[in-house]
Amino acid sequence: MEIAHHTGHAPAHGPRGITRWITTTNHKDIGTMYLVFSATMFFVGGMMAMTIRMELFQPGLQLVAPDVFNQLVTMHGLIMVFGAIMPAFVGFANWQIPLMIGAPDMAFARMNNWSFWLLPPAALLLTGSFLAPGGATAAGWTLYAPLSIQQGPGMDLAIFAIHIMGVSSILGAINIITTVLNLRAPGMTLMKMPMFCWTWLITAFLLIAVMPVLAAAVTMLLADRHFGTHFFSAAGGGDPVLFQHIFWFFGHPEVYIMILPAFGIVSQVIPTFARKPLFGYASMVYATAAIAILSFFVWAHHMFTTGLSLGAQLFFMYATILIAVPTGVKVFNWVATLWRGSITFETPMLFALGFLFVFTIGGLTGLICAIVPVDVQLQDTYYVVAHFHYVLVAGSLFALFAGTYYWLPKWTGHRYDERLGQWHFWCSMIFFNVAFFPMHFLGLAGMPRRIPDYALQFADFNVISSLGAFGFGLSQLLLLAAIVKCVRGGEPAAPRAWDGAQGLEWLVPSPAPHHTWEQPPRLP
Amino acid sequence: MDSVASANRRTLVKLGLASAGMFGFGFALAPLYRTFCRLTGFNELGGAGDGARDVAADRSRSVRLEFDANLRLPGWELRPLQTSVTAHPGEPVQARFLLRNLGPRAAIAQAVPSYAPAGAAPFLTKLECFCFARQALAPGEARELFVTLVVAPGLPAEVPVVTLSYTLFEVEGPAPLGRAS
Repeated sequence: MEIAHHTGHAPAHGPRGITRWITTTNHKDIGTMYLVFSATMFFVGGMMAMTIRMELFQPGLQLVAPDVFNQLVTMHGLIMVFGAIMPAFVGFANWQIPLMIGAPDMAFARMNNWSFWLLPPAALLLTGSFLAPGGATAAGWTLYAPLSIQQGPGMDLAIFAIHIMGVSSILGAINIITTVLNLRAPGMTLMKMPMFCWTWLITAFLLIAVMPVLAAAVTMLLADRHFGTHFFSAAGGGDPVLFQHIFWFFGHPEVYIMILPAFGIVSQVIPTFARKPLFGYASMVYATAAIAILSFFVWAHHMFTTGLSLGAQLFFMYATILIAVPTGVKVFNWVATLWRGSITFETPMLFALGFLFVFTIGGLTGLICAIVPVDVQLQDTYYVVAHFHYVLVAGSLFALFAGTYYWLPKWTGHRYDERLGQWHFWCSMIFFNVAFFPMHFLGLAGMPRRIPDYALQFADFNVISSLGAFGFGLSQLLLLAAIVKCVRGGEPAAPRAWDGAQGLEWLVPSPAPHHTWEQPPRLP
Repeated sequence: MDSVASANRRTLVKLGLASAGMFGFGFALAPLYRTFCRLTGFNELGGAGDGARDVAADRSRSVRLEFDANLRLPGWELRPLQTSVTAHPGEPVQARFLLRNLGPRAAIAQAVPSYAPAGAAPFLTKLECFCFARQALAPGEARELFVTLVVAPGLPAEVPVVTLSYTLFEVEGPAPLGRAS
């Protein structure tokens, strides 16, 4: 191995200290910064969730004023989507894609530095908007007009933050597509790529297609607020429903942007610990592409109660139900990969299996919400809150946890504390379900979302839900402890950290040296 | 490496253009949406007959509309300025009425329409009508009023004549904005 003489994690040359991180163009450094950033935002957004659940612990208003509650709900959503989940996946892409395809770095290393360093200012704008007169935006993470037109200056800060994060995402997506298309090692055809690279390639195309549309939507919002236009304000002949159409034209592909890379991570982890190749690789690729394409034709299922015509409701209902087919293909492929495998249950595998189990519940409640007459009942209730937390927390987040434990030995050169990891999994899994499963019942009983107070009959389930949420929040300190402990030391990890692991990233030493694949690997 | 660098540049340009194009598409959605809704009627709220549909007039037949007025308000006068109008279904029709307060006091009145035959009512679409608003008149004041309506082409052919009759009632409450009483 010609790169074996690089053993240190730090660069052998170049600036040291903070300047190293500000000026770095190394994909591993940038990946680390993305992961640290998203973990920070995850805890910031998590604190907001804890405050929300404290307020909802009992009926009546105890802790925060109703407008502050609305701000917390809005910012929790924005921060978790744009600050935690999306940058975390970009961090994984930065670290892993060049390693997995045998490329020395990302295609545009300097632009890569830019796409990361746009994020902290955006996060400052977003979190700092709590200090603006009138507080942060309280229009919900969907920023629906006309409410978002009427908000205070906190809304403008959120709009600018979304602009900046949008630019960051687009630059990141361009970088990933170019890297995957142009920098693969000789012999690695597209259909030989690891599944994680495939899912990210498709995700990056989705980002390029829809992040600019979100930017256009919030720009029009900004113009309506300050420049006298009336795109969305009915008083001037605009149409508030148009905002919802544009937002969800972005928003539905966006939810797949947050889940497809998770599918990719799970597709790496499950074969490793089942010690079998991924079942149905080609069908996985086609299913991912099908999900991505279909995501452009289902947006109005978020809008069934806006007075859509019957024809439109039927179209969007059937198109949405159709997505269950490629998603089902993926779920069955994972199950078939497990079939007769020599399965072991290390932490990454536990999270991947947890993902498989709980994400599928979330997918099925999504199908229930896709049915128009049911959705008319469930729209804006806690059932919807339960549904999207099942797919976003138990889906995206659990996959991120699985990927973190899976690749930590490669990143740090140490094995993480397996006991800590197992505790983290079981606490997360149990408390997640305690927190979110009762929300299905609350939603079916008609408890509306985004309201700080509720009717007395909802009190018991809300207590259970809040206790589960506090438990889930505290469990994440175990993740922090496991990561910190692993970074600081531990049992040294072999280059191939898992005996069933396949792929180029396991051919380089652990920790991965600062520069890898300067000469492209020769594929068997 | 040069070939990789130039391939990267080409990919960058293509993807950059695609992003810029999608940014423009986001704005284009506003007019596209409006056009789409107009062409398909997708976002039109309410059922048929709530607004003026751009339908072709049925010139193969004519319908005679007769106008009539009754009073439940002593000392006032409401009468049509034409007894009947003949029109093709689908054509807008306007009829004029004269309203006078001949009594000693100011009052507020509103007209309520009725139809004969009653089954014709769903086919008479009033675009604008004095019966939509309350009328406040001072003693001795007179006002010319009008109704604009369209007979829907769906009106059964066996109904050649429709009578539109208004009955004037006194109503309670404040005068409508901007009208002296």
